Amino acid sequence: MIVAERITKRFGDFVAVDDVSIAVPKGSLTALLGPSGSGKSTLLRVISGLERPDGGRVVIEDRDVTGMPPQQRGIGFVFQHYAAFKHMTVEKNVAFGLEIRRRPRAEVRKRVAELLDLVQLSGMAKRYPAQLSGGQRQRMALARALAVDPTVLLLDEPFGALDARVRKELRAWLRRLHDEVHVTTIFVTHDQEEAMELADQIVLMNQGEVEQTGGARDLYEQPANQFVMSFIGPVSHFGEELVRPHDIDVSTEQNGASERATVERVVHLGFEVRADLALDDGREVWVQMTRDEARQLDLQEGSQVFVAKTS
Amino acid sequence: MKRLGRYALRLVGLSYLFVLLALPMGLIFRRAFQDGLGPAWDAVTTPAAKHALLVTLMIAAIAVPANTIFGIICAIAVVRHRFPGKNLVNAIVDLPLALSPIVVGLAFLLLFGTGGWLEELPFNVVFAVPGMVLATVFVSLPFVVREVVPVLREIGTEQEQAAATLGAGGWQIFRRVTFPAIRWAVAYGVVLTMARALGEFGAVSVVSGRVIGKTESLTLHVEERYQSFDYVGAYAASVLLAMLAIATLVAMTVFRPKEETR
Repeated sequence: MIVAERITKRFGDFVAVDDVSIAVPKGSLTALLGPSGSGKSTLLRVISGLERPDGGRVVIEDRDVTGMPPQQRGIGFVFQHYAAFKHMTVEKNVAFGLEIRRRPRAEVRKRVAELLDLVQLSGMAKRYPAQLSGGQRQRMALARALAVDPTVLLLDEPFGALDARVRKELRAWLRRLHDEVHVTTIFVTHDQEEAMELADQIVLMNQGEVEQTGGARDLYEQPANQFVMSFIGPVSHFGEELVRPHDIDVSTEQNGASERATVERVVHLGFEVRADLALDDGREVWVQMTRDEARQLDLQEGSQVFVAKTS
Repeated sequence: MKRLGRYALRLVGLSYLFVLLALPMGLIFRRAFQDGLGPAWDAVTTPAAKHALLVTLMIAAIAVPANTIFGIICAIAVVRHRFPGKNLVNAIVDLPLALSPIVVGLAFLLLFGTGGWLEELPFNVVFAVPGMVLATVFVSLPFVVREVVPVLREIGTEQEQAAATLGAGGWQIFRRVTFPAIRWAVAYGVVLTMARALGEFGAVSVVSGRVIGKTESLTLHVEERYQSFDYVGAYAASVLLAMLAIATLVAMTVFRPKEETR
């Protein structure tokens, strides 16, 4: 269990993290999610010891590490831009932590081989970081962080510098890796889909504070406030309310409180269909439905429909 | 037309180098050996010349390591740490580049000479080798700092932070991560420092008192020979200085390719 208690961190006048408390269960995969400037990276760096908090304490496995430098915290840290040691080969990068700890050479060699196998870089041991792709560099950085058997693995926007396809691959791969290695992991991301796909627990931050903590489903279905709702999934303005665009019922017949609207635009995204509607009083609302639903409604530009919020 | 322009450009560049670098150097070599190898060899093996070479090498042997170590420490302090007066330090490092060496020499005379604040030291500074070393350290101080600072800025702190999270302490981070990243900047700084230390004339001339066979460095020896109308002696010693400089440059280029072709 990793606990950050009442953490405050200021940079000059700017309060980056404001009295934040989080608890990360042992063996879990937790996401610190939020827009840029929300304080998520700063909180991660406070946990790692790379930043000193102005207030609060950090406890890793019942050990108060608040005053300790990063060297003594038993952490592994992965940076957004890899922070590869450029003048060392892949295997030397991975061996770094073990060599600092003066482990016997045979043990180091064995462990490095295991880790390179785990991150699928066995054939690249003698290469230099400059000869690797972004995704490979980040896997190397992960192996390097795991080499020292950290109590907690901290990842700061680990896929942020990669292109969309590699990102998706690495995401799935990290999830599998976590299921294999079971090290308590905290990762920072601004991508809600990434957080929802990977994390057991999401801590959603905004302007230095925690807005809500919970599983992906809790945050999606029971958002604590409008910020959470609009950050964690698509929203549509329906009257005064924020609703999920798939929670708006569209039908061809009037029933009860439903309002009349004209279809202005239909976008087919494969399984999903989106439509922009104009209500009679001039307000606009967008809705999401499946391909089959759209086909049944015979949804076309200019057609008349009736909409109501799904109860 | 375009091709003509390119050739013209090359011609301008090469003639500039030829007239200002190659030609004077070539003439020095020619004049030194105008009476053959023998007289030139005799000129640089007189007791005064040998001693001057020794003094120059001794000065370089102290000034270069001192400024290398200081330069690295100073660069790290300026780039990685925050302290009051940092901007002042940053500006003052360049002072030896801006200040005329004669002024440096006079300043040392004032400080260590008769009536100076530091007159009463257990050993002689002014008109002695320690003063020449100090003056040389002063004038060759900025080079390592100036070469290392931009590279330190460019590599950033992430690799160092990564090393810290992996358990490396301050010295280990420097030795295993920071130094390998800045080593070429350091090497280049060392070459420049060396060149300056070997070639310094003005400041050393003022503080040395120019006692032949005692406080005469190779540059001072060249001038002294020239003033005594011993042209072969002056040119031969010049050739020696030039060879030392070339040896420094060659040493640097010999190291370098190994690193870059890997």
